Amino acid sequence: MGRRAAAIAGIAEWKAQRVWDRPMFMLEACAQLAQEALADAAIDKDAVDGLLLPPVWESPMFGPSAAAEYLGLAVNFAEVVDLGGATGAGMVWRAAAAIEVGACETCLVLCPTVPPPPQQGGDPAKMRMPAYLGGDAWGSPQGQFEIPAGMVAATPSFAQVAQRYRAVHGLREETLARIAVHERDNAQTNERAIFRGKPITVEDVLASRRVCDPLKLLEIVMPCFGGAALLVTSAERAAQGPHRPVFVSGFGERLTHKSITYAPDLLDNPIRAAAGRAFGMAGASREAIDLASIYDCYTITVLVTIENAGFCKPGQGQDFVDERDLRRDGDWPLNTHGGQLGAGQPGLAGGLAHVTEAARQLMGRAGEGQLRRCDLAYANGTGGMMAEQVALILEGA
Amino acid sequence: MGLQHTPEGRPVALANPTSRPFFDAAREGRLVLQRCPRDGFFFYPRSHCPRCLGTDWSWEAASGRGTVHSFTIDRVGHAPGLGAEVPYAIAIVELEEGPRMTARLVDCDPDSVHVGQEVEARFEPLLDVAVVHFTPRA
Ligand SMILES: [Zn+2]
Repeated sequence: MGRRAAAIAGIAEWKAQRVWDRPMFMLEACAQLAQEALADAAIDKDAVDGLLLPPVWESPMFGPSAAAEYLGLAVNFAEVVDLGGATGAGMVWRAAAAIEVGACETCLVLCPTVPPPPQQGGDPAKMRMPAYLGGDAWGSPQGQFEIPAGMVAATPSFAQVAQRYRAVHGLREETLARIAVHERDNAQTNERAIFRGKPITVEDVLASRRVCDPLKLLEIVMPCFGGAALLVTSAERAAQGPHRPVFVSGFGERLTHKSITYAPDLLDNPIRAAAGRAFGMAGASREAIDLASIYDCYTITVLVTIENAGFCKPGQGQDFVDERDLRRDGDWPLNTHGGQLGAGQPGLAGGLAHVTEAARQLMGRAGEGQLRRCDLAYANGTGGMMAEQVALILEGA
Repeated sequence: MGLQHTPEGRPVALANPTSRPFFDAAREGRLVLQRCPRDGFFFYPRSHCPRCLGTDWSWEAASGRGTVHSFTIDRVGHAPGLGAEVPYAIAIVELEEGPRMTARLVDCDPDSVHVGQEVEARFEPLLDVAVVHFTPRA
């Protein structure tokens, strides 16, 4: 039996869009997501006493208090979390831990990724990841040794992982393609997915443009806009809500590096420790999970995460994938919302989407994509270059 | 900003007091690394050894040789200023002394690059610093 002190009680999530038609400031998006998550949980705003949010664009300093002021909250726990793609999952365990030790009882977890209104009119911007990802700050090691070498954005770094995998274990491009295809199939029942109505085949993936060898275009997420939020509260309060409470049963976090160059091992990454702690804390076995909600910025991310999270031994991930059907009606459902490969990557909300989908499945609210049975889920977040890693075990009450 | 740009728009390092000796040596065609008396070589330049946090390291000459630990061929040119070079190979090189370093592989056919390939450093002085590349060893 894992932890039972805190549970997810409410979900808010916006449809991913390549072009966002209603620009808003981040504080405005936080307010809207908070309103929707509270309504979904049927919890009064005055009950909120905890707040987790990413760095606030309108208040680079004092972000938590800026948000508390804007949303009209009085909170006993507030934190800016900056873990890239693992931010959402990192917020969820922080909320659960704060609730368990009594620091607060009801936490808003907010991940907006929307463009602000243009300052002087003009068309809404397309979502583009900044090439340097903050690595160009004065004194940054990346600015001195990675950016001048062309190691920018994320794709060249994940391609290094894939190429190393090829050298050590051999790489079957059809197997990686199959991950993208099954996830895309899952996206077909997700009304928020950017690629709904656009299924693909293994041949499509293999024929797509080579971007950074060995990664091809259809193995890479599409950056877009969106937003997601969760309401995490005490087990007692969650039990009074309209939905099946989703316990944060176990969690783990691990960081060792920022640049993939300096990762202790390109293939044995920090998710091993994070997942080990999460499964151990939850007292859950790998075989018992009904859903794997695995961070998937690239197909290779899924493959090495399956291995490192302990679902199979190192080097056996491709056999594991080939022997299983990863679709929602298959024997090992993976990313039933389509993952970010199928649903789009709305920044930090794309990371939280792996948690919102797990919560939705455990609550029995996944609609067309609902699993027949879902009582236990593994959700994880990967930030940076296989760097920040957070694993969660979520369990239906 | 922690970068400077060549007139052609290539981003290059802005050296700081800690990294200045590395770039000064690179401008002269020498690869130097810091070495901790207890833990050995480390890279990139740091004020403290990343194993023991000691500060009694010294700059030492490195061989400039290494092997390709992994690589990719960037066919779209993610890096601003390198568009004209597409396709180019970026490798994580494991130096003979132990640390890893990321660099472009130059003067070779990108499609011939492979993991385990033996490479050696090449230095391209730019502005007041230098960019370190690697090239296959003959
Ligand atoms: Zn040392």
